[in-house]
Amino acid sequence: MATTITIKNLTKRFGNVVAVDNVSLTIEPGAFLTLLGPSGCGKTTLLRCVAGLEDPDGGEIYIGDELVFSHPKGISLPPGQRDLGLVFQNYALWPHMKVDKNITFALEIQKMSKEEMQKRVKESLAEVKMEGYEDRYPREMSGGQQQRIALARMLAYRPKVFLMDEPLSNLDARLRMDMRAELKRLHHVSGATTVYVTHDQVEALTMSSDIAVMKEGVLQQLDTPERIYRYPANLFVADFIGNPKVNLLDGVMDGSSCVDLGKFKIPVNTQPTTASGQVVVAVRPEDITVSTKPVPGAVEFSAYSVLPSGADSTIIAHLNDMELTVKVMGISKIKMDDKIWLKLDPAMLNLYDKESGNLIAS
Amino acid sequence: MAVPAVVQQPPSLQVLATFRRFVRWLTSARVVLSLIMLALMFVMVVVPLYQLVATTLTWGPTDIPQHPDAVEGEFTIFHYIRMLTGRLGQIYTYAPLQHSMTVAIGSTLLALLIGGALAWLVVRTDMPGRKLVNQLAVIPYIMPSWTLAQAWVVFFKNRFSGGTPGVFEFLVGQAPPDWLSYGPVPIIICSALHYYTFFFLFVSAALMSVDSSLEEAGDLMGASRWRILRKITFPLVVPAVLSGVIMTFSKVMGTFGGPNILGSPVRYYVLATMLRGSLGIGDKADAFVLAIVLILMAVTTISLNQRIIGTRRSYETIGGRGFMAQLSKLGKMKRALLIAVIIFQILVIAVPLGLLIYSSLMLIDGNYSFGNLTLQHWIGARGTNYNHGEPGVLLNPKIYTTAWNSIRLSLSTAFFTAFLGIILGYAIVKGRGTRLSKLVEQLAYIPYVIPGIAFGAVYIAMFARKLGPLPPLYGTFALLVIVSVAKHLPYSSRSGVSAMMQVGRELEEAAMVAGANAWQRFRRIIFPLTTSGFTSGFLLTFITTMRELSLIILLVTPATQLLASQTMFYTENGDGQMANIVILILIAIVVIGNFVIGKFSRGGSLKKGLGF
Repeated sequence: MATTITIKNLTKRFGNVVAVDNVSLTIEPGAFLTLLGPSGCGKTTLLRCVAGLEDPDGGEIYIGDELVFSHPKGISLPPGQRDLGLVFQNYALWPHMKVDKNITFALEIQKMSKEEMQKRVKESLAEVKMEGYEDRYPREMSGGQQQRIALARMLAYRPKVFLMDEPLSNLDARLRMDMRAELKRLHHVSGATTVYVTHDQVEALTMSSDIAVMKEGVLQQLDTPERIYRYPANLFVADFIGNPKVNLLDGVMDGSSCVDLGKFKIPVNTQPTTASGQVVVAVRPEDITVSTKPVPGAVEFSAYSVLPSGADSTIIAHLNDMELTVKVMGISKIKMDDKIWLKLDPAMLNLYDKESGNLIAS
Repeated sequence: MAVPAVVQQPPSLQVLATFRRFVRWLTSARVVLSLIMLALMFVMVVVPLYQLVATTLTWGPTDIPQHPDAVEGEFTIFHYIRMLTGRLGQIYTYAPLQHSMTVAIGSTLLALLIGGALAWLVVRTDMPGRKLVNQLAVIPYIMPSWTLAQAWVVFFKNRFSGGTPGVFEFLVGQAPPDWLSYGPVPIIICSALHYYTFFFLFVSAALMSVDSSLEEAGDLMGASRWRILRKITFPLVVPAVLSGVIMTFSKVMGTFGGPNILGSPVRYYVLATMLRGSLGIGDKADAFVLAIVLILMAVTTISLNQRIIGTRRSYETIGGRGFMAQLSKLGKMKRALLIAVIIFQILVIAVPLGLLIYSSLMLIDGNYSFGNLTLQHWIGARGTNYNHGEPGVLLNPKIYTTAWNSIRLSLSTAFFTAFLGIILGYAIVKGRGTRLSKLVEQLAYIPYVIPGIAFGAVYIAMFARKLGPLPPLYGTFALLVIVSVAKHLPYSSRSGVSAMMQVGRELEEAAMVAGANAWQRFRRIIFPLTTSGFTSGFLLTFITTMRELSLIILLVTPATQLLASQTMFYTENGDGQMANIVILILIAIVVIGNFVIGKFSRGGSLKKGLGF
């Protein structure tokens, strides 16, 4: 049932703007791939190209074995023949149709029998926990309910591929949490290959089996959430993923197994070489340990600001003009302007080439 | 990650690929519809315009007898020389042009004064009864434009035109002077009292959207009230005023009814009436030269407007977000102004209607005694000495045919306007940013710059003879429908675009993903979502077509007579009372239509229909 999606050298321009720039990637059968990036990075355009709503200016797209788009061959199947479903950011429920008509629209086009359609309506509404809403108009439901109906509309005709364009961005924080769980469950049960677009890294990390990070139309990294988080391929990905943000510190390789950060040196496990010797050290806030007394290997900072948030606390530490963000579990007892000693975990550091921004050692 | 790169195709297959992409583009719904609309507008607008120009530049059949060396169909600038130079040029072109300009400028200024003042009183002062004044202010525009002219004649006519005395003479005992009875002064007054509505609506919308905090800011800085008005309020209202100027000016330039009733009896011809006159004489090419002069005038005004305001859309009212405006206190003037406004509204609404009704009840025109009152003209028998033997209007089968013609013309026009609106809206909105979409939009805009009577002339040029597969349409009802629909194209496309903007593109895309083809998308998604917005547009088109005269006056024949043209023919025939009854019927239909609009769209929709 599940299908591979292969995208080869896909390019899409709008006037002079290259929205998708020579993107190639394979989505494995049953994968939940998230296209992640800031707004304007081309993630939605890429999704729309797969759906057939945009006509790309180059490249090819396969869904399963079928060539659905090929610029060199001049082929483009209309969206309806690509056997996929799409959930829009604003749901795009047809306002003049009741819920059941919204759901049966695609089924009527497939000339399905009345009984079968009724069965499908019931099933798909049950799948999104919206039983009994057949006779509502979209405007008579809340945003969260409309979202579920939009999902049911897609589920009802059982496409091989699910496409979702920021489906949760219009919901409030609480509902979004609930829907993440529901969507992940839905994917688990159906097993359909899913392409999901979001700018919310937490959404991407929590739901996906794979994440493709994009910037200015170019694919930056395609990897599992775990690896995206632990080994960002470049400084853009490192900076984009993680909350609070990763600490990026300029340094110079000092020839031994240390990076000289100016104020202090830190040991690294490997000894990469760069042309200039200029590197950037990336360390996640949770990979720094804090103590209130001097410890061997720790450097003295002062607590510039302390921001407890219940489950964890964020500490902004200063050493002259160097700033480090540190995350500790629980509510921190540290007070502002306290002296603190920070130790960076050498096993968790990533080193980037300052010039190219690419990962060189981890 | 290891995705093999795309294989480049050999040149022969690249050609095939390009061809496939072209076919895909060509068969997409928006392109197909754009091309259909382009073809339609080409036939309805471009070809007639071309024919009009071509006719003026070739020898016509009527020229041959006087010019032995002329060959029919050969190129010549003879018509331009005749119409634009010498004594004939003076009589046929320059005098009417001068009259048209006088009338247009005069009524524009007067309309601005009346409309602007009323708008300010209603929007920005604490005058009592503003709501009622606001509602009554648009009524003169709802009535046919020449209603006031007809009533004016009843009141002010003198025996100059060989007729009977008017009410004025009856009351005062002395005939009014010629300048008051006929000619530029009454034409200007009657036009201004009809078209001031443009200014009233535009300026009041502009005033409403001027945030009074802007003015208050000036107030706080210690500026005087006059200075605030001059430096802040006025510049903000200027675009609205200019839009009103352009619309009034070009409308008056192309108007036929008023000048025909009030000017022609004293040989005070404007371009519109001269155009019809010279068509009657027989030389089409000469008349068409006048039509071109008229079109050039309109184009000049509108492009001037664009130059000044800098946007083509400037004739739209400023989007009205309502702000809480601080109202000017009128103080002692309050009551006096209210009384003045009430008198004004009685004079432009109640008195004319009263005059028309009273006149229709007089057995013999000009005899104002009660003994002369009769229902002869309403329900009189056939074959009397009155009205050339025609029976009273309500018993007259001809009038019923005419009324039915008017109604079915208005219904068909409204239907096609709404229908084409959806198609145009789709073609323009879905192709936003493409050259094709721009071309469709611009072509649909052309009829806006062609004055009504010139548009009618354009259609004579085109459809008087057989044209390709089309039979000669002159004299048919179909021609009236086509010309009315064509004239409404700008309105169609504008309302279609705004209706289509309301329908998010995702709604159609969702249907595409669900597998719906173009027809299914139109039938199930686009039509249901856009037509609801067309109800008020439909009724407005109905009303504007109902009272349209300038556009169709050149195209009607006895078989396709409409109420609007019928009043004009009765007037010209000397059957004034019959003319007045017919216009009363027309007004009744229009007022009922307007009432229905109010029911459907909670007012305000009249603004949308303005300009067409």
